[in-house]
Amino acid sequence: MRAIHKKLWRDLWHLRGQALAIALVVACGVATVVTARVGYESLRASQAAYYAEYRFADVFASLERAPESLRSEIAALPGVAAVHSRVVAEVTLDVPGLSEPATGRLVSVPERRSPVLNDVHLRRGRWIESGRRDEVIASEAFAEANRLEVGDRIGAVLRGRWQWLRIVGIGLSPEYVYEIQGTNIFPDNRRFGVLWMSRDALGPAFDLDGAFNDLTLRLAPGASEDEVIARVDRLLDRYGGLGAYGREDQISHSFLSDEIRQNRVFGTVLPAIFLGVAAFLLHIVLARLVAMQREQIAVLKAFGYRSLDVGLHYLGMAMVCVLAGSAVGAAGGLWWAAQINALYGEFYRFPLLRYAPSATVIAIGVGVSALAACAGAWQAVRRVVALPPAEAMRPEPPASFRAGGLERSGLLRRLPASARMIWRNLVRRPARAALSVVGIALAVAILIVGYYFVDAIDALGQLQFRTVQREDVTVLFHDPRPARARHELARLEGVLRAEPFRVVPARLRHAHATRRVPLFGLPPGAELRRIVDAEGGVLPVPPAGVVLTAKLAEILGVAPGDALTVEVLEQDRPVRRVRVAGVAEELIGLNAYMDAGALHRLMREGDTVSGAFLRVDARFADSLNAELKRMPAVAGATTRLAALRGYEETLARSLGVFTTVLVGFAAVIAAAMVYNAARIALSERGRELASLRVLGFTRGEVSLLLLGEQAAVTLLAIPLGFAIGHRLCALLAGAYQWELFRMPLVISLRTHVFAIAVVGVSALVSAAIVRRRIDRLDLVAVLKTRE
Amino acid sequence: MGLSKLYRVGEVDVHALRDVDLDIWPGELLVLLGPSGSGKSTLLNILGGLDVPTRGRVSFLDHDLAGGDERALTAFRREHVGFVFQFYNLIPSLTALENVALVTEVSPHPMDPAEALARVGLGDRLHHFPAQLSGGEQQRVAIARAIAKRPDVLLCDEPTGALDFETGVRVLEVLERTNRELGTTIAIITHNAAIAGMADRVIRMRSGRIARETRNERRAPPSELAW
Repeated sequence: MRAIHKKLWRDLWHLRGQALAIALVVACGVATVVTARVGYESLRASQAAYYAEYRFADVFASLERAPESLRSEIAALPGVAAVHSRVVAEVTLDVPGLSEPATGRLVSVPERRSPVLNDVHLRRGRWIESGRRDEVIASEAFAEANRLEVGDRIGAVLRGRWQWLRIVGIGLSPEYVYEIQGTNIFPDNRRFGVLWMSRDALGPAFDLDGAFNDLTLRLAPGASEDEVIARVDRLLDRYGGLGAYGREDQISHSFLSDEIRQNRVFGTVLPAIFLGVAAFLLHIVLARLVAMQREQIAVLKAFGYRSLDVGLHYLGMAMVCVLAGSAVGAAGGLWWAAQINALYGEFYRFPLLRYAPSATVIAIGVGVSALAACAGAWQAVRRVVALPPAEAMRPEPPASFRAGGLERSGLLRRLPASARMIWRNLVRRPARAALSVVGIALAVAILIVGYYFVDAIDALGQLQFRTVQREDVTVLFHDPRPARARHELARLEGVLRAEPFRVVPARLRHAHATRRVPLFGLPPGAELRRIVDAEGGVLPVPPAGVVLTAKLAEILGVAPGDALTVEVLEQDRPVRRVRVAGVAEELIGLNAYMDAGALHRLMREGDTVSGAFLRVDARFADSLNAELKRMPAVAGATTRLAALRGYEETLARSLGVFTTVLVGFAAVIAAAMVYNAARIALSERGRELASLRVLGFTRGEVSLLLLGEQAAVTLLAIPLGFAIGHRLCALLAGAYQWELFRMPLVISLRTHVFAIAVVGVSALVSAAIVRRRIDRLDLVAVLKTRE
Repeated sequence: MGLSKLYRVGEVDVHALRDVDLDIWPGELLVLLGPSGSGKSTLLNILGGLDVPTRGRVSFLDHDLAGGDERALTAFRREHVGFVFQFYNLIPSLTALENVALVTEVSPHPMDPAEALARVGLGDRLHHFPAQLSGGEQQRVAIARAIAKRPDVLLCDEPTGALDFETGVRVLEVLERTNRELGTTIAIITHNAAIAGMADRVIRMRSGRIARETRNERRAPPSELAW
């Protein structure tokens, strides 16, 4: 090895603490690049392959009932490449081992296996046999969650008739990669599942023999989705069409696509922060090293080393840190990506979830961090190159201190001398102090963002499941029933309160904006389902007019007092003008509410109910559930607490890995920043501090001077970190304002305290390491060195 | 010829050289004598191609050092010049042998680093780090480093400035022997008038000018010097 390379390695060894800190920050950056990028590519590749092979549809439509002959009419529409008509129905299931009723979505498939849109991938077992009316293929997520196997039976109520369904196969479909009921944001695979069943069995059971109530289609290349949707809607209007929609509004697809998008964002924002911090650290460490090695640089140049060679020597140090960090980061990133991929496997069901870490991904990570290293090393290396050899032989002129404005005002004079020294050192290099503050602030911000997800989902759960939806069980009837049905429910054992509701599918229209939403009719004084305003206050149901959830009002561009058109998509399909009476705050889905009486008048119907919200005595929950499962009139019963529990469990699991890793990363940044800043300060001012020790200052007093500076930087960084964190959270919340759900901008006190704690502990640990060095300062040696 | 040098240190203008004319002959041992601030270090830096004059001409064989750009000066230093500094300026992270190798690795016709160290009497200290060597030993490593490339000119800036008398004499002996045995031209700058005795020629400097130039009839061996 050449002597200059030995110098490189020995210098690095000498700076190992700082080099390690930089390498770790780089490792975090590369790990985030690799993880997000691998996640992105794995999901995207799996999605593309699955969609293509199993013919995922482009447009979806539900309707009440249309004759099969309509299918060819739709197939003939311009822009339509393929059509698949089917029967889809939701039923109450009685799953062995599950006390609450589950909801099953029965989706018809042809008895003879043929390539259809949204085809089923058979994992295990076999295809349904013709003539066997009770055979189903269960979705894998549902089967696994309930430990169901091929050969098991589940009970189901099909249009009022209780019957057994026999599982003959376990399958998957591109339509249900993310298998979720429309009103949830996390899958509850125990209580909701898809079952594929023979069209010949399902059709007659739902009075849809020779007819269909669901349609999926594929667009011809180059066809306009909007135009096809408009044409389909016009055709389906007579048949109770509920409005066609494209992939973007298909629930599974939109969740999956968002996850893919999110990976791109995370793969950009987080690495940018880490690599920015790494560049800054390299900058200060190398600048200090170059200042300390002025004479060595001079000697190298004096003996004929070219400026460029000497510059590359220092750039090499930066590169070693970066490459070591990249290696660790790439390995860590692949590990993390594998963890996340395993988690994806639970949420997103693919026949084959590719885990495809490519060399390109790693090359991108390493390349980007090498660029960051060059950026960080740039100034120091330029100084090395520019340093004339003779100049380097002279010691650096003394640092210039001047009395600043604050000082002249006399304010500082009241502070003790140590505080004045701390102050002057900070303002002497304002840019460096500011960057140190920003670096630590970024660590605080990362922690805030990491925990913001937990806070937001807590707040969402709190608002949605404890303030708005307060029922224990929601019961939905197959068809609207007379008002007295409510009393039948109220009489069931364990029911403490039953609040009936009416709900109709409706299309709301204002100017060019339109949305299909459930329009609820609530009784006056409803307690189990409440309308809540932005401040969390409960609004009474207005006697007239409609209350829209805020997102819906925003989409339609209406405010209280405006009138909009309501087209009911049920029964006589009345179309009416209704005034907006208020705006409600809800974070899941889009809903519209009216007074039940007003809705009846709008429908020109008597006092009918669609279902009821129940408050239940927990002691009787099991027997009540058993009863509800078998009531013929009941189309579905959902249990709020079960949903809530499932939601919290899923959440804990999915956020666990994510937040743990982020916390580790933020701690790395915080520790690296504080440690490096203190080490640099110690190196720059060792002589000054040793002089003070010689003059009789105690170790504690000397440490205070040095660490006080770091403490001041850390304290300044915390509020700034909060500000940056809040801003980032606001951006994230802004990005998560979907129709399916909205993330509230709520950051808890706990999150703030946690961020302070992590940064504080990192700072204390770094301070302890530096303090040990101060204690070991060799007074004589330090004073003898020439610098 | 007519060398002048003006530079700024911090906020102060320093007129280090004013119209200096000087010829140096091959194989000569030259001592530049003067108090601190007399401009002798600046002159040495310019002679060694570390610095360029503000005004005037400097040439070595076919090299123009005054107008030379950075690249030309580097090539000049690499091929022809060795330096010895008052504070040795060894690389602390490299051993004695490695400090010498650092230079031989970029020289066209170097001697073996171990041989260079043997010449200065450090054949048994090859693998010591600077921190493990005494001041005199460190200065001898610096001389070994300077002569290992077989330079035409060896420029020494206060080579004994940081050493005690006995050690200083040993270092001067090494320099004298290098001049005698290898024929290397040596310029020593110092404020120590006693060293002038070992020179072929002595240049005295004051306030950036050559005050006086004398020629010794006989070069005194360093062992006869006293201060």
